Amino acid sequence: MQSLRRLMWPRLARSLFATPLTDPPPVVPEELVQALADRLEESSQQRLGRSLSIRQVDAGSCNGCELEINALNNVVHDLERFGLRFVASPRHADVLLVTGPLTRNMREALERTWACTPDPKWIVAVGDCAVDGGVFKGSYAVEGGIGAALPVDLVIPGCPPTPTQMLEGLLALVEAQSRPAGR
Amino acid sequence: MPPHPFALVGSGAPQPCRPHPRFLVTRPQWATLVESLEVTPEVAVLGLWGDPALVHAVLLDEATGRFCIASAPTADGRYLALSPVRPGAARFERMVQDLWGLVAEGAADLRPWLDHGRWPVTAPLAARPAPHAMPPPQPEFLPAEGEGLHQIPVGPVHAGIIEPGHFRFHVQGETVVRLEQRLGYLHKGSIGLMLGKPARVAARFAARLSGDSTVAHGWAFAQAVEAALEVTPPPRAIALRALMAELERIHNHLNDWGFVCNDAAFTWPHARCGALREGVLRAAAVAFGHRLMMDRVIPGGVSVDITPGGAAAVGAALDAVAAEIPTLLAVYESHASLQDRVVGTGVVDAGLAARFAAGGYVGRATGRGFDARAMPGYAPYPELQPQVPVLTQGDVDARVRIRIAELEDSLRMARALLAGLPPGEVTVALPQRGGEGLGITEGFRGECLHHVVLDDGGLVRAVFPRDPSWLQWPLLEAAIEGNIVADFPLCNKSFNCSYSGVDL
Repeated sequence: MQSLRRLMWPRLARSLFATPLTDPPPVVPEELVQALADRLEESSQQRLGRSLSIRQVDAGSCNGCELEINALNNVVHDLERFGLRFVASPRHADVLLVTGPLTRNMREALERTWACTPDPKWIVAVGDCAVDGGVFKGSYAVEGGIGAALPVDLVIPGCPPTPTQMLEGLLALVEAQSRPAGR
Repeated sequence: MPPHPFALVGSGAPQPCRPHPRFLVTRPQWATLVESLEVTPEVAVLGLWGDPALVHAVLLDEATGRFCIASAPTADGRYLALSPVRPGAARFERMVQDLWGLVAEGAADLRPWLDHGRWPVTAPLAARPAPHAMPPPQPEFLPAEGEGLHQIPVGPVHAGIIEPGHFRFHVQGETVVRLEQRLGYLHKGSIGLMLGKPARVAARFAARLSGDSTVAHGWAFAQAVEAALEVTPPPRAIALRALMAELERIHNHLNDWGFVCNDAAFTWPHARCGALREGVLRAAAVAFGHRLMMDRVIPGGVSVDITPGGAAAVGAALDAVAAEIPTLLAVYESHASLQDRVVGTGVVDAGLAARFAAGGYVGRATGRGFDARAMPGYAPYPELQPQVPVLTQGDVDARVRIRIAELEDSLRMARALLAGLPPGEVTVALPQRGGEGLGITEGFRGECLHHVVLDDGGLVRAVFPRDPSWLQWPLLEAAIEGNIVADFPLCNKSFNCSYSGVDL
C-alpha cells in the first residue's frame, strides 16, 4: 500500500477520467461590461484581445487579498482557463492588480511599476483598502486608496473580495475588450 | 552576579496588568536587567515597544513558563538598549525609534526601520510628532567585502503574488554571502489608528495586522481586552475560537506545504494542497460567513455562531484533508528531485533560534519547543492537549515536517471541538471601565502577543500587537547564508514570515 502511494502516475492517470474540480465560470454583470467597454472607447485604447497578463502589486494590504488572489490560481478557480495569467514582471503585463490602502512607503514603487507597464494598460484596485483606504483611511502612513496615485479603471471591493468576485471583475475586463462601446 | 531578571523586575512597582504582571522599574534597575539577561540565557525577550515616556519589554522565563512585562522610564527620550544581549531586540529598537522617537543607547543598529522618510511627520506616536518635509534618504546597507562580490537588489515589488519588501543579497558566484532585509513598506499606522477607539472597533485593526493570522491576532487582542476588563467569554465562544484558529492553521499549513513543493518546481502537491485548502476555506465560509474568518473573534466572544450546516461542511472538509495527507506525504518523501531541494537547505542553527527566541515552526524545527497553547496555555487547549512536535535538523524539510505534524494534530483537535461544542451564548457585554491586559495565542506562524491598556471610558489608551515574525525574519538572513540564490524562494517560503505583521 505504502509503495503504491508513492507512485504518482496512477493518480495522474485516474484524474484523466475523473470529473474536473474546477468551478463553472461566474456570471459577469452586463452593466459592468458595458461601463468598461465605454471607458475603453473614451480613452481610445487599443484592444488587447481575449487574453490579459496580470501583474499583482501589494501596496499596503494585510495579505488577506493576496491569499485570495493566490486562490485564483488553484485548480478550483483555475484563472488560466479564461486566458488570464499572472506574470512576474510589469513589463509583461496588461493589467496591474493592486491591493492595499497605498502606504506612503509604497507609493513610489507602485508609480515606478506603472511606468514600467507598456501601453495599453489597465489598473484594477482590489479590496476595500484599495478603493479608498478602507479601515486605514486617515492614517499618517497611507495615501487612502490606489486612486490617490494612479487612474483606476475597475474596483473590486470586499475585505477581502472572494476569488469568485475577482474573477467576475477580471472577466468583465476581458468581455469589454471584445465588444464595441454602446452609445 | 546580578539577580535573576524576574527577581529584578519583580522588585519594581507592580502595575495592574492581567493575567501576566507588569512592573515599573527604575533606570538603574533596567541597566541591571540588561546585565542580568546577559548571564540568563533561558529568559527570552519576546517584544519591546514604547510609550511617549516609557519602554516596555515582554520577558518569558522558558524554564518556568512565566511571563512578565518590564517597563522603564526614559530620560530625554533615551533608554539602555537590549540588543547587545538579545539580538532579536535590534529591530524593535529601530521601530521604537521610528514610531516614538525613543533612542536605545548602545544599540547594535540604529538605522531607520519603518520610517523611510516618506511620512508627513517623524515619531508619529510621540507626545509631539514633528512635521517632516525632507526628501526620503537613500537606505544604507551593511557591507560585505571580498573578491568577486556583487549585489542583487530584489523588491519591494517581487515576482510572485506576495507582500512587498526589499532583499539585498551580497553574492559570490552562486553563493549568498549576506542577505539583508529592508521592510516597512506596508506600514499603515495601525497602532495610531487603534488609539482612542473602543475595544471592539480597535479589534478590526488587530484582525488586519496580518490577514493570514486574522483569527490568532483577533483572539490575542480579545484575550488582552477581556483580561483587562476581567470578563470571561462564554464556553461556546471559546470553543468556536479554537475551531476557527485550528482551521486557520490547517489552511495556512496546507498552503505553505504546497508552495514549498512548487518553489522546488514540483507542482502536483501544490495543486492538491490548493484544492484541499479551497475546501477548508469554503467550509469556513459556510460555517462562519467569511472564508478567512475575519472579524469573527471579537472582545467578549465571537461575532457569529456557527451556522446550522456549518459543522457538517467543516467536518467534510477536514475528512478530505485527512484522507489525502498520507498520499501527499508519501509523494513528498519519495521523490528524490524534491527531497534534494529541501533536505539540508536553509539550516537554522539551534543556538541562534534560542537566542532570538524564534517561535512557531521556525523554532520547533531546530529544537525550541515553545508553543503558547501549551505554555502558558489558554482555554480550551489544556483539555485538547495539543502535541508540540520538535525536530533538530533546522532545514526547509524540518520546517515542512513540523507543519505536517501540526496539520494532523489540528485535524484531531478541530474534530474534537466540533463533536463537543458546548451550548449557550457566544458573547458577553463588555463593561465600560479601564484596565490593562496581555493576550497570548498561538497562530500558525508562532505566538501572537497583544498588550492593551483601556482608559476609564473603555477606549484604547495604549496598545502593541506583536507578530511572531519579528523574531523569525532575522533568522532567514542567517539561514540563507552559504546557500545558493536559487534556493532563496524555497527558504523564504519555508519561513513564510509576515511582512504586514511586522510593518504595523
